[in-house]
Amino acid sequence: MNGLDATRIRAVVRKELRDYRRKRAIVVTMAVLPILFLIEPVVTIFVAPPTAAGGSLSKDLVLPILYLLLIPTVMPSTLAAYTVAGEREQGTLEPLLTTPIRQQEFIVGKAAAVLIPTVAAAYVVFGLFLAAVALFAHPVVATAFFHQGPVLLALFLLAPLLSTWAIVVGMAISVRASEVRVAQQLATLASFPPVVVILLLAVGVLHPTFALALEFAAVLLVIDLVALRLISGMFDRERLVTGAKAV
Amino acid sequence: MSPTSMRVSRTGQGSNQGRPWEVVVDGDVVGSLRKGEAIDLPVEPGEHALRVRAGKYLASPERTFETGDGRTVGFSCRARPQHPFIVQRSLFLLIASLFTHQSWIALTPDEDYLTDSGKTDSGLADSGATDSGADSGGTAATDTALEPGTVAAPASLWSSLPRRPLQPPEPSAEPVLTVNSLTKRFGRRTAFSEVSFEVLRGEVFGFLGPNGAGKTTTVRTLGTLIAPTSGSATVAGIPLTPENGVEIRQRVSIMPEAPGLYLRLTVAENLEYFAGLYGLHHPETRITDALDAVNLGDRAGDLCGGLSKGLRQRVGLARTLLSDPAIMFLDEPTSGLDPVAAREVHDLVDGLRQRGVTIFLTTHRLDEAEKLCDRVAILNTTLRTIGRPADLRAQLFKSALIVETLKPLVDPDALFHSLPAVESWSDLHDGTYEVVVADPRLAAPEVTRRLVAAGADVVSIGEAQHSLEDVYLELVNEDVEARKQ
Repeated sequence: MNGLDATRIRAVVRKELRDYRRKRAIVVTMAVLPILFLIEPVVTIFVAPPTAAGGSLSKDLVLPILYLLLIPTVMPSTLAAYTVAGEREQGTLEPLLTTPIRQQEFIVGKAAAVLIPTVAAAYVVFGLFLAAVALFAHPVVATAFFHQGPVLLALFLLAPLLSTWAIVVGMAISVRASEVRVAQQLATLASFPPVVVILLLAVGVLHPTFALALEFAAVLLVIDLVALRLISGMFDRERLVTGAKAV
Repeated sequence: MSPTSMRVSRTGQGSNQGRPWEVVVDGDVVGSLRKGEAIDLPVEPGEHALRVRAGKYLASPERTFETGDGRTVGFSCRARPQHPFIVQRSLFLLIASLFTHQSWIALTPDEDYLTDSGKTDSGLADSGATDSGADSGGTAATDTALEPGTVAAPASLWSSLPRRPLQPPEPSAEPVLTVNSLTKRFGRRTAFSEVSFEVLRGEVFGFLGPNGAGKTTTVRTLGTLIAPTSGSATVAGIPLTPENGVEIRQRVSIMPEAPGLYLRLTVAENLEYFAGLYGLHHPETRITDALDAVNLGDRAGDLCGGLSKGLRQRVGLARTLLSDPAIMFLDEPTSGLDPVAAREVHDLVDGLRQRGVTIFLTTHRLDEAEKLCDRVAILNTTLRTIGRPADLRAQLFKSALIVETLKPLVDPDALFHSLPAVESWSDLHDGTYEVVVADPRLAAPEVTRRLVAAGADVVSIGEAQHSLEDVYLELVNEDVEARKQ
């Protein structure tokens, strides 16, 4: 954060959150999407036969839990894709670029504004899901569920990291995209690669352990930080204003 | 009652780019000061409290002062010198400020700026800050008799907005923008080439040119949005380099052609956002003052999406005022506005000019440039000319008389050539002649007498008036012809 001005970053975050709140499509998406992603895991857990307790049940429960990670992965990509392309489309990018804000401040502010509601929504849904399992699932299933320590750790640890990945990739696409719609479609696609690891866990190729969860989180963290640095380099004022790179 | 004013100057060594100090009068932040700067503020007669602060804990003691009718007071402030044994200055300041936080800035009366009503021996009285400044600003505008058809500057304009250092009504000789052989190319296309000019502090500088002439690209380049291909420039005293981008953008403000507001946010929220981007910590007063300056004080809570184009343009203008810029770049501020809205913007710009704000105005509306600008430059990829509108007219067009007679003259050549004052003449159309003379005022009586003596029925005789539009068209047409050849 060396050299970054917190006032400017705060200003970006505050403005973005205000803007989201007033845009009905965003509010509805952020409210409905997590609920949709909640349905499948809840159904799976609630219909799981208690007779299948033990290793078999445990394996069956991994996928629905990890399915919840789609919330922090998919949700931010469309918002992130809007960050630059949207500003350009509504004609607010140039006035913004005339201010003293540095590209890193802009990126950090925009990323934080997407990350905060996304992770908050994801954690709320995770909490609701855990509460539902504890209260309403069959006790045998619930016990088996809460024995999935590494998976639960991954759930909470990976949510912000997957979100950050989706945001960084979405913003990178947004910087280059000429249209918001194109940016959003590409960003959604590009947010999925980390989910492959989760699928490998779910299908049993990888075995969920605490070490694996932490290692995956560490790798993802490094990738996120590197990607954030790379995107700063892509944020070229001249290209953003004129569509041509500075020579 | 004469208006009263107060000057606060910041003295001390060093560059002019230090952290600004806030000037607080009666508990309200009314302006900011960098090293070497001074601000002038209109104040009501009576007792006031003044404090200058560099931060929450680094401030001057509060000084009370009294102003009377036409009386001007001045204060100078400076950082108190540090003791030589202080090595860890920041840490020391932090600790010491907990105990003596009101003594870090020395605030002393400045005798040079003490005036009584009617005195003209000091800087303030001479500069017109107490008279013309207030008149233009607004409080006195209501007292000024307006000519029919003129529109008064908004009454609240600049009533308490943070101000630049004291500016005389005439631009000072100090350039605030210097451009040397600046060129920008996009691949093979040249946006502008070898452009050189200076803009003086307090000047309204018009930048004219046809569409595609490179006006907006020049503004973007000077605003550090675009890197020049070659050449150099100094913007607000700072060399135009990529490393200085943040610093330059902090010192200037740019209003692009489209105001670019966030339509789902209110007017105040838009300004609050931009105040944050300029790093202003407590922008409430600035926002209120900026909105008052553009007569939008009562629309602060309106969503920008519900405003008319003219009002949005005004919000854009208020946004450029937030940072108290050394130079304002206004890129076609009246583009797409109806005549009433355009006139409002003209009045606002005129009000800013009279307050000594340096304005770089790009436009292709020549009436606008003629009305508002001290000097203009005409750009058509290269800089075609630069100067005061009157000087440009004089350079391009010879002084002449326009003579109109009821019927065409029988032998105009003989008549006009018999007059020593006449250099040449031309027939504009039936009965209307342009007579080139060295001094129209001296030549007019003689020409009139001669016409009457020759039996001509003179309808009118007057000096030929060439507008800036004539100058512009002349130069742009020259370019068109040159390209054809």
